[in-house]
Amino acid sequence: MLSMKKVSKVYRTEMVETHALRELDLQVGPGEFVAITGPSGSGKTTFLNIAGILEELTGGEYRLDGVDVKSLDDRARSKLRNEKIGFVFQSFNLIPDLDLFDNVDVPLRYRKMTRGDRKKRIESALERVGLASRIKHYPAELSGGQQQRVAIARAIAGDPTLLLADEPTGNLDSQMAREVMQLLEDLNAQGTIVVIVTHDPEIAARAQRNIHIVDGVATDLERGPSLVKAKTA
Amino acid sequence: MFAYYLDLARRSFARNVALTVLMVFAIAFGVGASMTTLTVLHVLAADPIPGKSGDLYYVQLDPHKAAEKPGDPPNQMTRADAEALIRAHRADHQAMMTGGEAAIEPERAGLQPFFADARWTSNEFFPMFRVPFVAGGGWTAEDDTHAARVAVIARPLADKLFGSTEVVGKWLRVAGTPLRIVGVIDTWSPTPHFYDLHTDVFGKAEQVFVPFSTSRELKMPHSGSMDCWGDAPVPDQEAVGAPCDWIQFWVELDSAAKASAYHDFLVHYSENEKLAGRYERPPNVRLSDVMTWLDTNEVVPKDARLQTWVALGFLLVCLINTVGLLLTKFLRRSVELGVRRALGASKRSIFVQLMVEAGSIGLAGGILGLGLAWLGLFAVRHQPTDYAELAHLDLPMLAGTFGLAVVASVLAGLLPAWRACQVAPALQLKSH
Repeated sequence: MLSMKKVSKVYRTEMVETHALRELDLQVGPGEFVAITGPSGSGKTTFLNIAGILEELTGGEYRLDGVDVKSLDDRARSKLRNEKIGFVFQSFNLIPDLDLFDNVDVPLRYRKMTRGDRKKRIESALERVGLASRIKHYPAELSGGQQQRVAIARAIAGDPTLLLADEPTGNLDSQMAREVMQLLEDLNAQGTIVVIVTHDPEIAARAQRNIHIVDGVATDLERGPSLVKAKTA
Repeated sequence: MFAYYLDLARRSFARNVALTVLMVFAIAFGVGASMTTLTVLHVLAADPIPGKSGDLYYVQLDPHKAAEKPGDPPNQMTRADAEALIRAHRADHQAMMTGGEAAIEPERAGLQPFFADARWTSNEFFPMFRVPFVAGGGWTAEDDTHAARVAVIARPLADKLFGSTEVVGKWLRVAGTPLRIVGVIDTWSPTPHFYDLHTDVFGKAEQVFVPFSTSRELKMPHSGSMDCWGDAPVPDQEAVGAPCDWIQFWVELDSAAKASAYHDFLVHYSENEKLAGRYERPPNVRLSDVMTWLDTNEVVPKDARLQTWVALGFLLVCLINTVGLLLTKFLRRSVELGVRRALGASKRSIFVQLMVEAGSIGLAGGILGLGLAWLGLFAVRHQPTDYAELAHLDLPMLAGTFGLAVVASVLAGLLPAWRACQVAPALQLKSH
């Protein structure tokens, strides 16, 4: 499903080259719940951006659902991202002047779907996160935990196979964080692959696999180097 | 998607009303100023006889003294030359003419005598210039030859004198002489008044038309300029042999070959006149079609062109300001745009969304600009210029106003939209 082979990412300026990822090999199959951990600046977010097709890789190969991402143009990448991937961000990134319905509608707008189909999906997604009754509310009228649930509804409305979450509980108190994690686990139980970037060892411990990244080098803490090969520079 | 983008544009405007209003006003002022001056230019530079202006030629000959400084042939023609060219009848149509003033003596009770603008001309004036008639028609070549007491009048004069346009056969008294009315011209006022640029260039067409020959027999006064040359005083400047140019001469030639042949004829005519001792210079002839003739005479005032350039410069400044404001507006929404990119919007989708927003601002600017252009033209109509009353917004200029506003705003939106859709979504999402 998600297959990375010798993926590297280098940021270049006139003065310096920064290796954010070094020859990362990773396979994630259907139904897995993977946590990406590591210190700040280790390359976790770069990994997430590449996995989410938000950034181009410098070297290696990345296949999502069998599609070689590197060969795609912007339009095809956007379509693949729209259909296969859901995003959950640390700071929710809801659009403040859209109500919940319209916020969840955003990814669906970029698909050729009828108004009725969109409505059904939006209502169903908000139902799943327990916010169906707040459909006409605006993000500012919700708590942080509720906003993150809306973000999850937006991520799952398009029925993605891969859910990428970047510190989804980072801005939440422990009670809300537990609720959000429970929601992600429920989604995973229903078959969605969840890849979560986190600093929090407690959150990481709830995942089936832990990938630890340090200085752009990844190690699979659960299964060892057979699936994740870490190579020093 | 277009409706969705329009809705997003509406929300964006509501989010920052002040900035939106500022942009709309910037576009509106630029468009308003440009459309005001462009409308004036459009009216002044318009083709006065569309579809036929390329077939009508103004004729110039050069009968001046050899001692005079050589240059362009004079703008008008002597009576002798004009009558000779009429007799030669070498064009499809030809007409000699000059402006005049007719002293009208109304028979209708309550109307005092008055002067009306008149034209002394020859019979082919009417078919050559496609003059529309509401009743009757022009006079005949016979009438020209025999200086018949006939006249053609314009509809407003018929209404004024008789209360009707059914006046063919009635009599019009001009300076004591009764002239039989043979035709009534329907509404007709070519602008500019191309066939005689020596009278009011942007004035209305004449009310009375009389055969040139008749006007001379009755010694009706002519208006417009007259240029005489030679050392001896000229006792009768309007006589056939007088060395004075004061006649306009037009011909209709419906092909380039005919125009070339007519030019050769004029050269040949000049050579013969030189052999006969009447001309002193080598042939110096010119045939100018309508638009060339208007250009040669600089009918469009230079200040009208200058004002247009200044207004377009002002529009450019407004656009540059709008570019800056749009850039600010779009880049401030980088996070939202980044979210949209992450959720599946392609760069193209973001670009189109932002261009719809820019276009909507342009449309609003166009509507306001239209009002400002209307005000601008209202101001022009109250200026002491001879073209003031022509300054009206017509349908093409109305469409042009919206077109200019939308094109201007879309141009202004190109760079900001391009920059905004290039922003890396990953960076925006993390930095938020």
